[in-house]
Amino acid sequence: MKTKEYIRPKSLKPTQTHYCPGCTHGIIHRILAEVLDEMNLREKAVAVIGVGCSCFAERYFNFDCIDVAHGRAPAVATGVKRANPNLVTITYQGDGDMTAIGSAEALHAAIRGEKITSIMINNAIYGMTGGQMSPTTLIGQKTSTSPYGKKAEEAGYPVRFVETLALQEGVAYAARTAVNNIGNILKTKAAIKKALQAQIDGKGYSIVEILSTCPTNWGVSPKEALKWIEEKMIPVFPLGEFKEI
Amino acid sequence: MGKVLFKGAEAIAEAAIRSGCKFFFGYPITPQTEVAEYMAKRLPQVGGVYLQAESEVSAINMVFGAAATGARVMTSSSSPGVSLKQEGISYIAGAELPCVVVNIMRGGPGLGCIQAAQSDYFQAVKGGGHGDYKNIVLAPSTVQEAVDLVSLAFDLADKYRNPVMILGDAVLAQIMEPIELPEEKKELPEKPWAITGCSNREQNIITSSYPVPEDLEAVNERLNAKYKQIIKEEQRWEEDGVDDAELVFVAYGTSARIAKDAVETLRNKGKKVGLIRPITLWPFPKKAFKNRMAGKKILVVEMSKGQMVEDVEIAVKGQGEIYFYGRTGGIVPYVEEVLEVAEAILNNENVKKWGEDDEN
Ligand SMILES: Cc1ncc(C[n+]2csc(CCOP(=O)(O)OP(=O)(O)O)c2C)c(N)n1
Ligand code: SF4
Repeated sequence: MKTKEYIRPKSLKPTQTHYCPGCTHGIIHRILAEVLDEMNLREKAVAVIGVGCSCFAERYFNFDCIDVAHGRAPAVATGVKRANPNLVTITYQGDGDMTAIGSAEALHAAIRGEKITSIMINNAIYGMTGGQMSPTTLIGQKTSTSPYGKKAEEAGYPVRFVETLALQEGVAYAARTAVNNIGNILKTKAAIKKALQAQIDGKGYSIVEILSTCPTNWGVSPKEALKWIEEKMIPVFPLGEFKEI
Repeated sequence: MGKVLFKGAEAIAEAAIRSGCKFFFGYPITPQTEVAEYMAKRLPQVGGVYLQAESEVSAINMVFGAAATGARVMTSSSSPGVSLKQEGISYIAGAELPCVVVNIMRGGPGLGCIQAAQSDYFQAVKGGGHGDYKNIVLAPSTVQEAVDLVSLAFDLADKYRNPVMILGDAVLAQIMEPIELPEEKKELPEKPWAITGCSNREQNIITSSYPVPEDLEAVNERLNAKYKQIIKEEQRWEEDGVDDAELVFVAYGTSARIAKDAVETLRNKGKKVGLIRPITLWPFPKKAFKNRMAGKKILVVEMSKGQMVEDVEIAVKGQGEIYFYGRTGGIVPYVEEVLEVAEAILNNENVKKWGEDDEN
């Protein structure tokens, strides 16, 4: 049997994360770090980090980082990129950050074809504030602010944000992936690579929405959470590449 | 270079470009839109970027991003738009990034009107957004001064790594006056803290996030020490005939132009009057008042229901009698109105002092 040596990507610091057991935020950090190493981008990269469970990501990433206000990452990234086009500019945002409070900033960065890459962690919930309803919360899903289960008549439908962005001419690459199994993890890595390549090639805005777990606020075990992604989320949020130019 | 005729808003924009500002993020709102329009025309000619954001919220966050890379960057707006920018301004102050924000005030609250007012003084000088932070606030009263203060604003922003606000109003932005423009600034300060990619150095982090209370308190202590230094070193004002004045006018911006006319008229009638015109509204020029106001009457003129007058009260420390005259809603007071109040005070008529009937 061939063995592979575990090497920590240079783009990741040798430290522990604060994420809950079974949370896949950490896996996504690792994927992004591996991609930056492999594409030799660490020294040009800047992560613009939104507010949510990932808001301490600058302590885990080993490259330039900016912490910004809830939802505003695409606007900050726009300022970064316009002022310094050499920087490979990545926003790292939760679903609440990107599809609720920051929907205007994200949509308009896409409309402008801003040469930045957004990574949106969709865990169908507001994790950091303790499990409230998000625009991505599934119909019937119980959260602390939808205690009787989310009802479409009251709260609307789960937003398919990446599809909406893909409709915009300024978008060069738009995909939805998941990190619930090895196959999907590898596809996520490939998608992030393509998204960054689209930015480097100056083609426009790129986004990868990644279905991610929140066992703590879903109230399930880490193992069940992976199944929850597959059985509950993927049917509502289909995986795939929606745009590639 | 000789003098050229310039509209206030456009002069501010040109002065910013000459101060090395290559990036402008804005959103149209009267009466400051000409700043953005001028930038849209000029910045591409000098290799800069004008970008019209989808909102003021976005515009100030674009400023945050550009400032984080070390660039000189500006945004401009008017009262309702500046309210929307307050979230971003608090984050910029917290992250200690330099930038210049122009607020061309109009009448409020709410949508109000587009005419000149000074009713955003509190918002500008007391913080505006959340948290223990301060903006440096500069208040020009002529187009020439606006041009000079824009250059100063960029230097102060870089020196202290802090937002600097230029606080003007519709009169300043819309008036045309002959001005002398500054030479173009070529040498800009080094910014080793900026986000430029981490080659040959450790990671740089721009943040205002300090989840451990002791860490945040230390940051606030450090910020406060910086603010104290600014208070000590950056108070600016213009004064005229204060020492032997019986009545001292205090006014800034457009109100100060009116107060100056009133001073001249009264002096021609042989009255002992003087003027203090704050140029920095934060830090408020308390030095101008220190141990000099005993026995004097002080008339504060503002285009508000009384905002700066509270800082005057603090600076006067009960030494003199404070009176207030203000118009609001976008009405610029006539010199005659101000004269009438001043003469009544000088003649010891029964003019109400500031705050006199507040306790009843
Ligand atoms: C202006 C503002 N409003 C609200 C909050 C509180 N807040 C912090 S994180 C968060 C939700 C984040 O959810 P999401 O973006 O889905 O990320 P997750 O925590 O699930 O990873 C909220 C509402 C805030 N920090 N700022
Ligand atoms: S609350 Fe949810 S999203 Fe946040 S760290 Fe825990 S598991 Fe992850």
